[in-house]
Order: sequence, then C-alpha cells, then structure tokens
Amino acid sequence: MEQNENKAYTATDYKNGQTARWCPGCGDHAILNVLQKAMAELGIPPHKTAVISGIGCSSRLPYYMNTYGMHTIHGRAAAIATGLKTANPDLTVWQISGDGDGLAIGGNHFIHAVRRNVNINMLIFNNKIYGLTKGQYSPTSDRGTVSKSSPYGTVEDPFIPAELCFGARGNFFARSYDTNLEVSREVMVAAAKHQGASVVEILQNCVIFNNGIHSYITDKEMRDDHTILLRHGEKMLFGKNMEKGLVQDGFGLKAVTVGQDGYTLDDVLTHDAHCRNNFLQQQLAMMDGHDLPLALGVIRDYDALVYDQEVARQTLEVKEAKGFANLRDLIMKTQETWTIE
Amino acid sequence: MLQETNVKAIDKVVIRFAGDSGDGMQLAGNIFSNISAEKGDEISTFPDYPAEIRAPQGSLSGVSGYQVSVGKDVFTPGDEADVLVAMNPAALKTNLKYLKKEGVIVCDGDSFTAANLKKAEYATSDPIAELGIDPHRVMLVPMTTLIKSALEDSGVDQKTMMKSRNMLALGIICWIFDRPVESVLRKLRAKFAKKPAVYEANAKVIRAGWDYGHNTHSSLPVYRIETSDARPGTYTDVTGNTATAWGLIMASEKSGRPLFLGSYPITPATDILHELAKRKDLGVKAIQMEDEIAGVCSAIGASYAGHLAVTSTSGPGLALKSEGIGLAVMAELPLVVIDVQRGGPSTGLPTKTEQTDLLQALYGRNGEAPLCVLAATSPTDCFHMAFEAARIAMEHMTPVILLTDAFIANGSSAWRIPEDKDYPEIHPHILPQNVLEQGWRAYDRDANGARWWALPGTPGAMHRLGGLEKDARTSVISTDGPNHERMVKARREKIARIADEVPPLEPMLAPDADTILLGWGGTYGHLMAAATQLNAQGHKVAFWQFRYINPLPANTFEVLSRYKNIIVAELNTGMFADYLQMHLPMKEIKRINKVEGQPFLVREVVDGVLNHIKA
Repeated sequence: MEQNENKAYTATDYKNGQTARWCPGCGDHAILNVLQKAMAELGIPPHKTAVISGIGCSSRLPYYMNTYGMHTIHGRAAAIATGLKTANPDLTVWQISGDGDGLAIGGNHFIHAVRRNVNINMLIFNNKIYGLTKGQYSPTSDRGTVSKSSPYGTVEDPFIPAELCFGARGNFFARSYDTNLEVSREVMVAAAKHQGASVVEILQNCVIFNNGIHSYITDKEMRDDHTILLRHGEKMLFGKNMEKGLVQDGFGLKAVTVGQDGYTLDDVLTHDAHCRNNFLQQQLAMMDGHDLPLALGVIRDYDALVYDQEVARQTLEVKEAKGFANLRDLIMKTQETWTIE
Repeated sequence: MLQETNVKAIDKVVIRFAGDSGDGMQLAGNIFSNISAEKGDEISTFPDYPAEIRAPQGSLSGVSGYQVSVGKDVFTPGDEADVLVAMNPAALKTNLKYLKKEGVIVCDGDSFTAANLKKAEYATSDPIAELGIDPHRVMLVPMTTLIKSALEDSGVDQKTMMKSRNMLALGIICWIFDRPVESVLRKLRAKFAKKPAVYEANAKVIRAGWDYGHNTHSSLPVYRIETSDARPGTYTDVTGNTATAWGLIMASEKSGRPLFLGSYPITPATDILHELAKRKDLGVKAIQMEDEIAGVCSAIGASYAGHLAVTSTSGPGLALKSEGIGLAVMAELPLVVIDVQRGGPSTGLPTKTEQTDLLQALYGRNGEAPLCVLAATSPTDCFHMAFEAARIAMEHMTPVILLTDAFIANGSSAWRIPEDKDYPEIHPHILPQNVLEQGWRAYDRDANGARWWALPGTPGAMHRLGGLEKDARTSVISTDGPNHERMVKARREKIARIADEVPPLEPMLAPDADTILLGWGGTYGHLMAAATQLNAQGHKVAFWQFRYINPLPANTFEVLSRYKNIIVAELNTGMFADYLQMHLPMKEIKRINKVEGQPFLVREVVDGVLNHIKA
C-alpha cells in the first residue's frame, strides 16, 4: 500500500480501469487522457490529488480517475473545491466543469473562486451546449444558436469565459482545444504549477448535439490561420509558416504579414503572461478566430496572494500570538467569570 | 437604609429595559444580570429588537427592548416585567403591554419633550395620563438634569453625558432591587480599565441614580431577591449562538478533527459566524462564502478533507442548502447544519422567533434523504447539542441539522464552564489501516451501518464519492433498481440506529399523571415553568421536552401510549404534533400553538393545558 513519493508516475497511475462512458468521438476522451498525462508529468501522487466536478457530461470525469474525487451537484464544484482546498492546502485540487455547470448555474461560484484566488485548477470544457440534457443552448452559445430550447435561435449574447475570468480579476487564464493534445498538456501543467485559481478553457466538441461548433478554428486546414499559440517571452507569430504576426494598432491589435506593408519582425508583439496589468492579455484572450486568431496557450499567469494559503497563515499567526491552550483556557482568560463554591 | 423603605422579598424578578437602540439598554441589562448571577441567581435574558438597524431616534419603530429575569427557578426571561425602564415616550408607549398590572415604571422625565411626544404620536403633553397609568407606580426621573449636576465640574461634554443615561437607570434599578452599587462599579472598572476618566464619570452617574431612588422614592417597594443554590463551578454568561460556536469547538477538541465553518450572513444566525471567525485563535477555519449554497458546499469539501465541517444559517438559508445537504446524505459525509429558526415563510420576521423549520429539516430534500435532527432547549443547551450534533455526524457519517431559534440564540443564561472530564471523547469513523488493507471500498459499512471516512492524502485509499447512486458491493455508480432500494434502506437504517444512543424519554414532574405536556427545542423554559405551575396548583401534569427529533428516543411511543391526554405546545401550527401523530395514530395529539414571532407566555401554556384537560 505504501507508495514511493519520488517515483516517476505514468498516466496509467491515474487511471482506475473504469471504461469512460462518453459517446464515441466525444472530445472528453482526449481531455481525460491528456489530464492523466499532465498529472504524471507533474509527479504529484494520486493520493494527493483530488478531482471535483459538478454535473454534466464532462463532470463524469472523476469516476475515471485513480485519485480522490467527488462528482457533486450542478454548478457547485468550485465551492466544494474551495472548501476542500482551504481545509487541506496540501492537496492538488482540480475542478472539472462544462460551460453550463461552470458558467450558468455555477457562475457565482466561478467568479468568486477566481476572485478569491483559491489555488485550484479549474478546467472549463466549453462545447457551447448542454449535452447530458440532450441539446439546449448554454451561456456560451452564440447569438442565434438553434437548439431544442431555442428552436428559433437564441436572442441573447454569450459569456466569453476569458472575459468573465478577467472580470473576476483572474490571475491565470489559458486555452486549448480537445484535439490539440500537446497544447492541452502544456496548459494543464502550467495551470497546476500556478499558485492561485487557474482557469483553463478547453474548446470541446460535442459530436451529438453541437458537432463542429469549433471547426472553423480547429479543423486541420483552418487552425494555422485561425489560432495563435502564445508563449511567454515569444513573438506572437502564426500562420502555416509563421509568416503572420500580431502588432499593436492604436488601442487594439492587428494581424499583419511580416514583410508586407512595412511591418517587420520587430513590430510583432512579444507575449508577456506575467505582466500585472492585464489590458493586453485581455485583448488577446478576446480574439475569436474571425478577424484575429483565437489565442491558445497561457495568456495570463500572474502571481498574487493565494486564498487558502492566506487563511492558513492568518489562522496560524493568530493562534500563536494568542497562545490559548484550548477552549476552556480561552473562556477563563477572556470572559467575565464568577465562581460558586 | 432599607428599614426606611418598604421591602418585599420575592424569588424572582423581571426587568424590561426599553429605549432607542443607541441608549445602551442591553449593556445596562447585562450588567444587572451578571451581578445577580455572581450572587448565585439564575438568569435569563431576551433581546427584542427591530429588523431595522437604526430606525429614527425617538420613533415607535426604533424602540428595542431587553428583558432580564433573575432569581430562583428562572426558566424564562419572564412573561411580564415587574419593572419597566423606558428611556423615552416611544419606549413607554410600545412596552407598556409587557408590564405587570402592579409593575413599576422608571421613565426619563427629561425625555418628555414636545418633539419626542410628537414622534411617539401622543395626542397630549401628558403620556402617563394618556396611557392611563397610575402615577403612583411611576418614577419620573429627570435623568438629563441629574447627570448634568453629577458631572458638573468633570469636564465631560454634553454628548457623553447623554450616553450615560443607561448608567443612571442602572443605578436606580440597583436601588430598587437592593444590589450594592459597588458590584456594578467592579464590572465597570474592568470594562474601562484603560479609560479611567470614563469610569469615573459613569461611577458618579450610577451613584446619582442610586441616591435618587433612595432619597426621593422611598414609598416604592424595594425587592430583595432570594438567591438559589447553583452547582459549584466557574460560570460565565453566554448567548445561545456563542454557546453553539463553543460546543462545536469542544467537539473539535474531543475528536481531534479541525473545525471548519462555511457560512453566509443571515439574521439571527450570524453571531455564530462572528464567534467562529474570532476563534482563529483556536485554529478554527471560518470562512464567509459568496452565498448560502457555497456555505454548505465549502463545508462538504472540508468534510471530505477530514474536518469537522459546519454551516450555519436560518430558515431561508436552509432552503437554499437543501440540495447540498442531499449530497452529504448521498456521499455519507459528516456535516453539521445549524438552523437558527426565525419567523417565516420567505423573509418573514427575520429578528423574531418561531419553530417553523421542523418539517423543512426533517423532509426538505428531494428523494429519500433521512438525516439526524436535533433541537437545543436553552442558550446553554446549545453548547451541549452542538457537541452532540458534531459527535453524531462524525461517528455515524451523516449530516445532522441542529435547530435552535432566535429566542435562545440571542437570549443568554449563566453557564457553568465545563471541565475537560465533563465531555466524552468523540471517535470519528476514520478508515482504519487494517480495513483498508482488506480491500476496502468506499461504500463498505461497518456493523453500525456507517461508511468509513477515508481522508484525501491517505495512500491507497483513493475513491470517488458523488451524488449518483452507488453499487452496495462495488461502490461504483449503479442505476440498478434493487440495488437502489437496498442503498435507500441502508441510509435509513443508519439514521435509525442512532436511537440506541438517544437518552430515553423519562417524563418529569408528575410521570404518573393522565396528562403529559410535550414540547421540543427552545420552548423548554416556558413549558417547564407552565408545567411546574400547573402541578403547584394541583393539576397533575407530566412534562417532557424533546431534544432528539430524528431519531426520537426509542421508547417514545411506548411511554406516550400510557397517557390519556398528550398535549404538544409549539411555536408553529402543529408540526411536531403532526410528526408524533403520524407514528401514534390511535391517540389524539392535542395542541397548543402560537405563531406571533414571540415566545410563549407561561400563562398561555397554562391556560392551554387547562382547556385541554377540561375539554
């Protein structure tokens, strides 16, 4: 039963032998595999890892992990993960939510977990649809989305998860998509290493109810021109031959071809994920793959005070400063008492 | 000195202090009850305050009251007051109804200004006559004038002088009840140890009050309160909410499990959050979450981590927490939910008391979701029942709802501080290593029917919990029908077995009577006083107050079936009576009910019982 904490882990150590019951072709299969690989790469033992999910297709994920885990109730994963992590900051806690679970019914817990900067890794599987209830529009569905609950198209604008994260004063935001195993693994590892709330949006394809919703960016022939992989300290280049770049254009961003219209490599921006000021990071995160390429990779990664660590620090400091032995000692020393013989 | 006046010996007395919320009525009342408790008196206090934080000064809606009862056999803060202290005409008008017919009024005559009379909606300039009060029962004290002359050369400013009106009133009360001024001064010296000038000013004002009573009103009765013999020990004064917080800390110490509170502010439960937030000095992690749901959910997360996890709330919050509590039922994790009941439904009467969350606590969840429900009977019993709630949760792996109410949560009594030996060790149901090594699965049960608590961080015990039904043997998710029924029954059986540890129902006072008066939770004091009074008047009545609601004491129905008249008195329209009736269909459960946001009056219960006996 004893486990060697220094041993090298493989993805298999995080699998529990249960067959994943997602639909064939569902993007969740790939994300599950990548998560297990990322965990192995991080080397945190399965018994020190907990995966907390809400309700929805993606939230079944903990059942396929050989870690501690809880499949909870709709929308509440962030609040439960907050309690778990605050009680025991030594655990590595992952939260798995879909766009409905995390941003509709769980929207309040999402923004507050981000605002508090609880050291949890929040993976949002965004397929812009409710899958488990068989195809209703979600808070990330584009305006006009036709679904079973919006037969004539939606008449409301969606949340953009990154914007919500930045609005809640988030300090870590990264993005990938289900079939991009390499970037998914990279951002999951970065999220776990970041101290504080790490939000990772993974664009995920629901083959049954919203098939192809992300294909304008994720298809082989599209992805080079419609996505850009951002890495801290590297030039913001994209395109099949990395011939395009992002430059600042007034208060906004512009995609240019290096060597054309007088733009040189020097004009192309260099990514700074660690910058405290999030103005440019937010603009990068808001690019949607139409006029400007959708940003992948770690967009913001800024170190700030961490909630669960601060709770632990303050509790310890106050406890040591006051030095009460126990409840009775505290009452005797601080309350007005009298003795009856 | 006392020979000059008319001394009446009584066994208990009720004083009601009423004024604007800034008048310091609670402080005056507290000091009086504390100096009485030091002499060995039993004490009971009851704040009655408006929902508004600062209603306009001098207005009828801005009056708050603080009632204190001290003496012997004090079960309640008293139905009606022997003395009413009214700091302005509005307080006099709104609180007169709480005074006994022969009661005495102490009133600030200087407050009877035209402006104040108008704000309190008097038609004439003589409130005493207008309200039909016998002027011989009134001490109309020129409080402001007296304070000014007492502090003439002290350099104290006008505003500070006005703030010490409560101390002047306290001085007068000390005279009326034969309490030495010196014991009050001792309290004040401790309170103002760092502000000697403030102490000196207050001391002068208190003496001025005492002297005023002695010199000018010697015709009014002075009471001598007989003291009772309390158990030896060290005492302090606690409110129910503080006692609840402390009971949880005691349970944490006795179980070795760190205490976690996830909560959200709600009247009248917030003081539990306040107290536990302060108790970081004892290592408590108390966090304020973004809403009620996050409060219970963070506690569920902390429970999974191995903490004694608690969420505190009142009725509307309990409604929001229902789904979370259902998850704790399904995941079979220990969880303590404190519901300080208030007037409902919806926002209802936030600052007033009621017992209307009983059925919500018992049944307010989707599916078959049984859990343990307890109720505390008094401010000090909150300590004991909070400890019990935590013990049962951790030993039986279940959520426990503890019902208190605004009356006992805000009220206070003298409390004997328990010693270490007074409370047993708690044995949390943590997965033992040998069970783990025998191929343990998450939903395996022991002989007690409880699942094991396997804490994240334990090598080899990785497992997944969740809201989906699990297979009884393999612990993986299952939609199999017969398995579901088996699990439903296993969860029910687990709760039923707690009855083995519940103290039996042992009727008090006159166990062999034909009639038994029953109550539950925070009405204990009033019902006990009523039953005692009935027996003293020659009406034989047995009495029992339930603290364990689910499961009930194992002998409940066997004992109750012996009585001809079973009468349940409760502050709702009959929830507990219905609950008993369901299990006791052959008997007619009789009822005494009140839903006015106020505690019972003892005489209401006495009259109710007599009506049922005569019927």
